[in-house]
Amino acid sequence: MKILLVAEYRDGELLNNSYELVAFAGQLGADSAMFLVGSEGVLPAYNGTLYLADVDKYGEFNPAVHKQLLLDVIAKEQPDMVVFAHSSYGWDLAPRISLALNVAHVSEVIDIVDGVPVVPACNSKLRCDVKAKTAQMVLTLQGGAFGLEDHPTGNPTVVPINTETASEMEFCGYEEAEPGGVDLSKAEVIVSAGRGIGKPENMEMIEELAKALKGEYGTSRPVVDSEWADHTRQVGTTGQTVSPKLYVACGISGAIQHLAGMKKSEFIVAINTDRDAPIGEVADVLIVADLKEFVPAMTEKINNL
Amino acid sequence: MKILVCIKQVPDMESRFKLNSESKWYEEADLAWRMNEYDEYAVEQAVQLKDQVDDADLTVLSIGPDRVREMMKKALAMGCDRGAHIADDDYFKKDPYEIASVIAEVAKDKGFYMICTGMQSQDRGSAQVGVLVAEMLGLPSITTIVGFAFEGGQITAKRELEGGIKSIIKTRAPALVTCQLGLNTPRYPTLPNIMKAKRKELLSIPISELLKVESKQETVRMYFPEKKGGGLVLEGDVADLTDQLIKILKDKTAVLA
Ligand SMILES: Cc1cc2nc3c(=O)[nH]c(=O)nc-3n(C[C@H](O)[C@H](O)[C@H](O)COP(=O)(O)OP(=O)(O)OC[C@H]3O[C@@H](n4cnc5c(N)ncnc54)[C@H](O)[C@@H]3O)c2cc1C
Repeated sequence: MKILLVAEYRDGELLNNSYELVAFAGQLGADSAMFLVGSEGVLPAYNGTLYLADVDKYGEFNPAVHKQLLLDVIAKEQPDMVVFAHSSYGWDLAPRISLALNVAHVSEVIDIVDGVPVVPACNSKLRCDVKAKTAQMVLTLQGGAFGLEDHPTGNPTVVPINTETASEMEFCGYEEAEPGGVDLSKAEVIVSAGRGIGKPENMEMIEELAKALKGEYGTSRPVVDSEWADHTRQVGTTGQTVSPKLYVACGISGAIQHLAGMKKSEFIVAINTDRDAPIGEVADVLIVADLKEFVPAMTEKINNL
Repeated sequence: MKILVCIKQVPDMESRFKLNSESKWYEEADLAWRMNEYDEYAVEQAVQLKDQVDDADLTVLSIGPDRVREMMKKALAMGCDRGAHIADDDYFKKDPYEIASVIAEVAKDKGFYMICTGMQSQDRGSAQVGVLVAEMLGLPSITTIVGFAFEGGQITAKRELEGGIKSIIKTRAPALVTCQLGLNTPRYPTLPNIMKAKRKELLSIPISELLKVESKQETVRMYFPEKKGGGLVLEGDVADLTDQLIKILKDKTAVLA
C-alpha cells in the first residue's frame, strides 16, 4: 500500500501534525511519500520522497493552486490513500482533492480496522465504520488519534514541483490571537465553565470555586462566543492548551476540540447532568449533578475547611 | 442579489442515543431536534448580507424528512425569504458527495451570488459538503470563517486556524463560505416575524428528482465507543457528593493541602 501524506506549513514553520501523518503510515505498514508547500530551509525529518512546492511562490494558503500541485503529484504517485490532518488546512483542501479524483473521502478518522476507517459521530458519543466504495480514498485524520513519532529523524529526497495554475483567492496574512489576558498554562488549578452554566450570571459561581481552589477560571468556546467571558480564557484547539494539577470542567460536554486543550491535566473532575457526556472519557471523576447546585455547595465546603 | 443558505437539522447532542434496528444510524424516535449550530451562524450571515445590499432574495435549503420544515420556518422567521425543502427520509444513508450533488443540482443555473453553509454538522461532522458544493459549481470557497465583510463584489473573510490565529482571505463573489462558531450572534426570531414566516413560500421537492449520482462510501456500522476511561462516576445527594469530592481531592491531588 502506498500513502501520500499532505504535510502542513504555517508562518515559516512545518506543523507538528505532519508527523502524525508519518506515524499513521507507519502503523499501517505502508510506503509513503510526502507533499508540502513549504521551504527548502525547513525540511521535515522524514525518510522518503518529499514533493516540495516553494511557499514563497505559491503561498501558505491558496486552495486552487495547492490543489493543482497536489493533483499533479497524485497523478504521478498513484497512491492508494491521500492523507491530511483534520485541520483548518486539511478539511479545506481534502474535499477539493476527493472531488477532482472522484473518490471516497472519509473525514476525521480515528482508527483503521481491517482496512475500514472509523470516525466519531454526535460529539464522540457514537462511532461509524465508513467503507469506501472506490479503490483510492482521501482521509483526514483526527488530531492526536495516531500519535506522534517521539523524535522524528530522517532526510527527505526533495523533488521540486511547480504549477501554472492561477489563484482565485488572495491570502493577506495573519491576525494573531489577541494578546493579553491570563496565561492559563501556568495555573495549577483551572475551573472551567461550559455552555451548561446556562446564563452569564452563573460565571460568578465558577470564578468563586476557582478562587476557593486558588486557581484560575477558564471556559469552553460557546461561553466566549456568547461573550460571557473574555476569549483569552478559552481552553482548546483554538484557545489555550493547559495541563494544570487539577482541571474542573463544569457543564462542558467534552468535544474533541476542548479535550485537545486540557486532556493532559493531571487530575480531571467533570460536573455534568449528562452521564454519557464524552468528558467522562478523560475525567478521573465524573459527578453527575446540576452544576448550579453542586458548584456553590462545593465552594462553601472548601471555604469552611 | 440571490443568496442561498444550506442548513441541516440535528438532534440535541445531550440526548441519550440509541441505535436504529440496522445499527447503521441512531434511532430517531424520542430525540429533540434543532438547527445545526454552525448553520445558525450561516443563516445569520446570509440575513445580514441581505440587509446590507439592495434587492436581495434569500433562499434557505434543507435536506431531510418532513420534520426539518419546522427548523426551516425558524430560518424564514430569522429573515430568509423562501424555503426549498428537499424531502428525503433516507437522508442519513447519503454520503457528503451525494448531499453536495443534490444541493449543486438545485443551485446550478440559479445564479446565486453568495452561498452560506455551516462548516460542519454536529452529528456527522464531515466538514465536506460546503466545499464540495462550491467545487461542483466552480465557485471559490472560504471555509471556517469567523469574520465576513462584503463590498463591491469583494469578500474579505477571516478563517480561523488552530491556536486562535486567523488568516485573512479575499475573493470575489459569486462564492461560498462555510461558517464557524462565533462568526456573529444569531438572532432570535421575533413573534411578528414568526407570524410572517408562516406565509413565506416553503416548497417541497422529492430528492429523487435531484439525485443523479451514486455514493462513494457507506456507513456500514454505527456503534457506541468502548468506555476506555476508568474514571469514577458519582451520583446522588449534592452534600454527599461534595464530601466525596473533597476526600478524593485530598487523597489524589495536592490542591487542598
Ligand atoms: C475548528 C473548531 C475549533 C474549536 N475550538 C474549540 C476550542 O478551542 N475550545 C472549545 O471549548 N471548543 C472548541 N470548539 C467547539 C467544540 O466543538 C464544542 O462545540 C464546544 O467545546 C462545546 O462547548 P460546551 O461543552 O461548553 O457546550 P456543549 O457541548 O453544549 O455542552 C454543554 C454541557 O453542559 C451540560 N449541562 C447542561 N446543563 C447543565 C447543568 N445544569 N449542570 C451540569 N451540566 C450541565 C450538558 O450535559 C453538556 O454536556 C471548536 C470547534 C471547531 C469546529
